[in-house]
Order: sequence, then structure tokens, then C-alpha cells
Amino acid sequence: MTAALEQASAQSLLRPFQVVGDAIPASLTGVAGDPVRGRAIVVKRENTCLLCHSGPFPEERFQGDLSSDLTGTGARWTQGQLRLRLVDASRVNPATIMPSYYRVEGFNRVGPAWRGKPILSAEQIEDVVAYLATLRD
Amino acid sequence: MNAVRKRARWLAPAAVLLALAAVISARAEIPLAERRSGYADLAPDTKAMQDDDTSNPGMLAVLDGEALWKTKAGNAGRACADCHADARVSMKGVAARYPAFEPTLSRPVNLEQRINICRTERQQAQPFASESKDLLALTAFVGMQSRGQPIAPPADERLRPFLDAGREAFSRRLGQFNLSCGQCHDDNWGKRLIGNIIPQAHPNGYPLYRLEWQSIGSLQRRLRNCMIGLRAEPYEYGAPEYVSLELYLMWRARGLPAETPAVRP
Ligand code: HEC
Ligand code: HEC
Repeated sequence: MTAALEQASAQSLLRPFQVVGDAIPASLTGVAGDPVRGRAIVVKRENTCLLCHSGPFPEERFQGDLSSDLTGTGARWTQGQLRLRLVDASRVNPATIMPSYYRVEGFNRVGPAWRGKPILSAEQIEDVVAYLATLRD
Repeated sequence: MNAVRKRARWLAPAAVLLALAAVISARAEIPLAERRSGYADLAPDTKAMQDDDTSNPGMLAVLDGEALWKTKAGNAGRACADCHADARVSMKGVAARYPAFEPTLSRPVNLEQRINICRTERQQAQPFASESKDLLALTAFVGMQSRGQPIAPPADERLRPFLDAGREAFSRRLGQFNLSCGQCHDDNWGKRLIGNIIPQAHPNGYPLYRLEWQSIGSLQRRLRNCMIGLRAEPYEYGAPEYVSLELYLMWRARGLPAETPAVRP
């Protein structure tokens, strides 16, 4: 009961969003993100994208190969689809290894420093969506 | 993995299945023939460092351990050597079959814990602290007496529930990144996590010298690193959860040669 209440209040710190099909059509913040900031977020090591993905980042010596190259993502997916995959990829594929970047509940033993916080903020998610949408070829 | 999921679909309603998939990741264990030590993924200069005892920094701990082996300690005024004589004979193959079931505690203990039991019971001395220089040194010295021997977890029925707990812990998603050990080490070994090759996670070289640590460290220290990497809260050193994981890792690595003291990046 207490745990459930704590979770509910943690989750309510996040902006509400609506999933339609395999997408979150509306911006989490109500405004469009900034693609330049989005690129900086994607390449920054602590944001972990390049642990698994590679992409058009010639200046980054180390990139992961656990998953796809992000080149061309904007041509393959709508912004709404990208948003859901960043917010919570496990809603599209429950077995995915991609972390849920905008979710705070349903985890085990989260370290105290990270508890109750999403990996990325709503603003950061929007910046990354805006950047990925520019990767059209 | 697919086979497991397909079979499960007949047994469980989709909603239950989704809930389960979120916590326990289905995965296939690595076939025996494909198992390889973390050594296989090392850069040539790191391999050379491990291979040559005069350049392997872990050997310093082994030498310290050898001196401690012969040093009288505690109220009993006895050295390890007073009970066990020549470690080259008495300790050969011992590290390769730990963790082992400890009847007085009704649970398995790892090699460090076994050494501390001897210290408190037989030597009547204070136990060494986790990750202390002396405990790592003695563990490395005892561990080295199994170098080249196959990892041989004991077929002890009393260990089974702990082995099962370790297997389950290996499959449980952890931390803010919500990944299980197996999702990296069974499903994606050999791939690159940014610059690092993901090894199969075999425990056959511990305690070992890690270049990133600039020191020798235990298997539990390594497990702690992976947990912190997942933004999970690590267990306390010596926690039963770690010992169960160690037991499962040893079982998973059965047959691989022990490498203590190994070198890793
Ligand atoms: C631990 C691994 C991992 C991390 C970290 C990760 N991803 Fe992914 N990502 C995947 C995998 C695997 C998929 C394939 C889809 C699936 O598994 O359902 C994927 C899919 C995607 C997709 C869907 C499009 C496609 O080509 O399949 C996008 C876009 C994406 N990731 C972007 C990102 C961004 C941006 C970040 C960081 C904020 C990130 N990923 C972090 C593993 C990861
Ligand atoms: C996101 C991927 C990932 C996850 C999940 C993960 N690890 Fe690791 N692990 C690594 C990488 C990468 C290394 C190699 C060392 C390095 O470069 O950091 C490693 C190294 C190891 C090693 C050392 C192997 C050697 O040869 O010395 C062990 C043992 C290990 N992991 C066990 C575990 C256990 C147990 C868990 C779960 C609690 C776990 N790992 C979770 C990525 C992961």
C-alpha cells in the first residue's frame, strides 16, 4: 500500500502523456525540442545512447554495437513513434534491452541517487526526438 | 529464447506473460562448447601481462599471501601453514570448487569467507575486512594453487537452492537501466558496449588485477561494478545474494581453467 502510494506519487512527477497505437503523438512539454541540444544529449556518455547505438557521430571514437545505427531514424519513424521508444521502449517490445528513459516505476533495486527520477527529463526527451527526426538519410 | 516464449504463450495469458517478461528476462545459457574466459577478449599486451608472472601485478598480492600463510596469528598463535602445511599440495584445486556448503551456517560460503572462518575459529583472530589487502592476498595465494585446474563446482545437493537463487538473480532485471546480467553476458557477449567488449562473465580469474582499479579486487567487487553500472543499489560485501550469484557463475564456468591472478582492463 505504502509502496504503491510512493510509486503513484513518483510517477505523477512526470508529465502525463497519451499513447496512441505505437506512438506518443503530442510533445511532452507542449513545445518542439531543439535538435542541436538533442544531438549533444545523444553523444554525451552519461546519457548512455552510444553504449548500444552507433550513428553519424564522426567525432566519437567509441560507439556501441548492441543495437542499430541511428542514421536514417527520422525517415523510418514518426516523431510520435520515436517519443514512445524513448519514453518507454518496453511498451513496444517487453523484452527490449533499451532502457525506459522517461519512467520511474516497475524497477528493482534502483540506486538511491537515481530513485524516483527518469533518466532524461521531458525537455531532454523532446530535444532528442527533434534531433532524431533530422536524421533522414 | 523464442522457444521458451512460444511454449509459455500456451500456458499463460498474455497479460501475465508481459508482467513476467518485465522482471525476468528469458534467455538461453551459453552452450558448453562456446564458453570462453574473459582472457579471450583481452588486448595482446594485457594477455602478455597476465601470462608473465614477472609482469603480472597480481603476483605481488600472491607473494604477500604466501608470507601471511606462514605467519602465526591470533590467540591460538597458529599460522595457516601449521594446519594445512604446504599450500601447493593442500590447497591445490580448492579455489576451483568454491563457494562450498558450510554446515555450521547452513549455507554456502565463498573462499574469502572460508578464510575468515579459519581465522576466527582456528586462529582466534579478528576476521579480515572485506576487500582488505590481507584478505585479497591470502585469497589470491590460495586461488593460485588452482591455476590451470578446471572450475569444478561440487555436486552437493545442499547447494541446489542457492544455485537456483543465483541463476534467478542472473536473470532478474536491475536498476534504472532495467537490464539483467544475462541480457548482457548471455545474449550479447562479444559485442561492444561503447568501447568495451562484453565478456561472458566468468569468475575463473579472481581475485584479479584490474587496470581500471589499479589494484587487485574480488569477484564481488566486479559484481558491484556491474550493478552500479546499471544504476542499481549493490549488495553489502559478503551478502548471501552475492554468494548465490558466485555459485551460479562458477557452475556456468565449469570446466574453464582457473587463471588466478588474472588481469582485466
Ligand atoms: C542497452 C541498450 C540501448 C541503449 C542504452 C539505448 N538503446 Fe535505443 N535501442 C536498443 C535496441 C536493442 C533497439 C531495437 C528495438 C527493440 O529492442 O525493441 C533500440 C531502438 C531504438 C530506436 C528505434 C529505431 C530503430 O532503429 O530500431 C531509437 C530511435 C533508439 N533506440 C534511440 C536511442 C537513443 C536516442 C538512446 C539514448 C537516449 C538509446 N536508444 C539508448 C538498445 C538501446
Ligand atoms: C549493460 C551490460 C552489462 C550488464 C547488465 C552486466 N554486466 Fe557484467 N560486464 C559488462 C562489461 C562491459 C564487462 C567488462 C568489463 C568492463 O569493461 O567494464 C563486464 C564484466 C563482468 C565480469 C568480469 C568477467 C571477467 O572476465 O573478469 C563479471 C563476473 C560480470 N560482469 C558479472 C555480471 C553480473 C553478475 C551482472 C548482474 C548483476 C552483470 N555482470 C551485469 C557489462 C554488463
